[in-house]
Amino acid sequence: MKITQQEGKRKSLNEALITIAALLILLALPSLTGSQKIMDFVIFAAAYGVLATALNLLIGYTGLISFGHAMFFASGAYSFGALMQSETTSVPIAIVLTLIITATIAAVIGAICVRLSEIYFAFLTLAFQMFFHSVLLSWVEVTGGDNGLLGGIPTPVFFGINLAQAGTKYAFCVSLAILSIYLLRRIVTSHFGYTLRMIRDNERRAIFLGVNVFLTKLICFTLSAVFASIGGIILALFISGAYPDFAFWTTSGEAIFMVMLGGVNNFLGPLVGAILLTGLNDLVVHYTNHFGLFLGSIILLFALVLKKGILDFLDPVLENLLNKKIKTPNDTSEVENSDA
Amino acid sequence: MELGALLSCLSDQSCLVTQTTSGLIIGMLFFLVASGLTLIFGVLGIVNFAHGAFYMLGAYIGYSAYQVTQNYAIAVISAGLGAALAGALFECLAVRRVYGQNVLLQLLVCYGVVLIADDLVQIIWGSEYLSMGMPETFRLPPLVIAGGFVPPFYIFIICTSSIIAFLLWFLIERTQYGRIIRATATNPEMVSSLGIPTPLIYLSVVVLGLFLAGIAGGLAAPIRALTPGMGFSVLIVSFVITVIGGMGSVSGAFIAAILIGLTRSYGSIGFPLFVDGLIYLLMAAVLIIKPTGLLGEKKADRP
Repeated sequence: MKITQQEGKRKSLNEALITIAALLILLALPSLTGSQKIMDFVIFAAAYGVLATALNLLIGYTGLISFGHAMFFASGAYSFGALMQSETTSVPIAIVLTLIITATIAAVIGAICVRLSEIYFAFLTLAFQMFFHSVLLSWVEVTGGDNGLLGGIPTPVFFGINLAQAGTKYAFCVSLAILSIYLLRRIVTSHFGYTLRMIRDNERRAIFLGVNVFLTKLICFTLSAVFASIGGIILALFISGAYPDFAFWTTSGEAIFMVMLGGVNNFLGPLVGAILLTGLNDLVVHYTNHFGLFLGSIILLFALVLKKGILDFLDPVLENLLNKKIKTPNDTSEVENSDA
Repeated sequence: MELGALLSCLSDQSCLVTQTTSGLIIGMLFFLVASGLTLIFGVLGIVNFAHGAFYMLGAYIGYSAYQVTQNYAIAVISAGLGAALAGALFECLAVRRVYGQNVLLQLLVCYGVVLIADDLVQIIWGSEYLSMGMPETFRLPPLVIAGGFVPPFYIFIICTSSIIAFLLWFLIERTQYGRIIRATATNPEMVSSLGIPTPLIYLSVVVLGLFLAGIAGGLAAPIRALTPGMGFSVLIVSFVITVIGGMGSVSGAFIAAILIGLTRSYGSIGFPLFVDGLIYLLMAAVLIIKPTGLLGEKKADRP
């Protein structure tokens, strides 16, 4: 299907409107429900949702399975937390510095990792992540070692915004998350995003067409890391701390599961996966001590029976429904069906 | 960082003996786990993320068998058999359904199994740390070799695992079964069209690999504290070994396991807080220089 320029413009306008609507709904939530639980849930889902959506830039769009993305999630949380604790920077500057730090780490590690493919890429990223995890554990003076960044993260007032207030903090975190997801959407619908898909589908063809595959993958890796670190910033800001578990491989495992659960081939899939998994976690912990048994069974059921993400599964179903509505009762397709 | 301590150890004979034996024992136990992992990858093309869970299962079954029989040999053998049995179930119920599919899907299935196994162990054996204690036979004074103290149990472990390693090499390189699994690893269609039931071969490889993991768990039970989730760290290190040695190469895994064992035992003197970091550095270095690992080869088409 060819998309004309006008259609493209209309589409991106629609997306911007949807984003603003989503933001408004989320901002209105606390005053509608007034429940702290729901606010907690929204922020956790938002932080992990940003991580999963960023990760899907690598997995779904470029075909690179990173098993080490929790490293950037943690580097976001730790850099931001440590910068704020040093009490020399304001919040916006700390965020920008954090993104720069993560981008630098990601560019160096990415330059080494993206040369490899498939399972070797996965393992090299895993190794770097575990290396990062052991740095977090052993560099006690900066990271607090096992205990993580304790003592809270101070948030001085900037531009009249006081993040020490729970409501303001919530609004700030939600806006940050929605903005990140909107920007990620802009990336995947851009020329760059289509280049990523081409590399995923046929790397050799991309090379023949003159794409600098190494550089494209490296930029994608770095971008994905930067957005993952925003997820980390949101979480660190909200719980006022950072823990070494953020960089542990299980966090990467969960992020990958979120991506798979929601659907790899759908932009919003990972976000849906993050919301579902976070909700599931809350529910299961509330009702049973046997968290692993329950979650494990669900994962198994999902992987062995459904075999694809929920949105990937629903997509053709929804499309069918929409098509049927348009079709008239005398549609020829029914005749074809009876023939078959 | 305590480089001084490392240097003084390297120049002291008794310290060398102690550290080398403890490095070898770590390495040999890891080899048993990693060899199964690499075998399963080599033949089935499946990255078995649940491998550590079967090591854990072996350790717990060994613990229980020892409580009942007070016989360490029986404990180790039942650890192996128990893990193998669970492995057969694992293959039939789960892995079989994702052969040749998306790597992500395979990872997820294994991830689910790990979560379930950890919780089951917690339900059956409790979440407290368990300790099997040294078997009666090995409660002997340590041997003194060149001034270094070496417990007899360590020597037993090193000998037993070396024998198992030799038997494994013999099985793969010198028997009919070994020829069949090597052929299956290279060209499953050809093997299948020769009338050999490949599904059975796959099942047997999974069972063999998890038997080895169970044996390793049983052997390690007297010197490790048992806890649900103990499989995690073993799994990750085994992966590192598999990758360093070359995915699918058993002899590569052997070299890498010894290398990792020694790195850990000497690293714990020189960089006490950074031992794990060292082995990941080692892995990254190997992958950067030789992406397929030390003895890795290009992999074949999978089922």
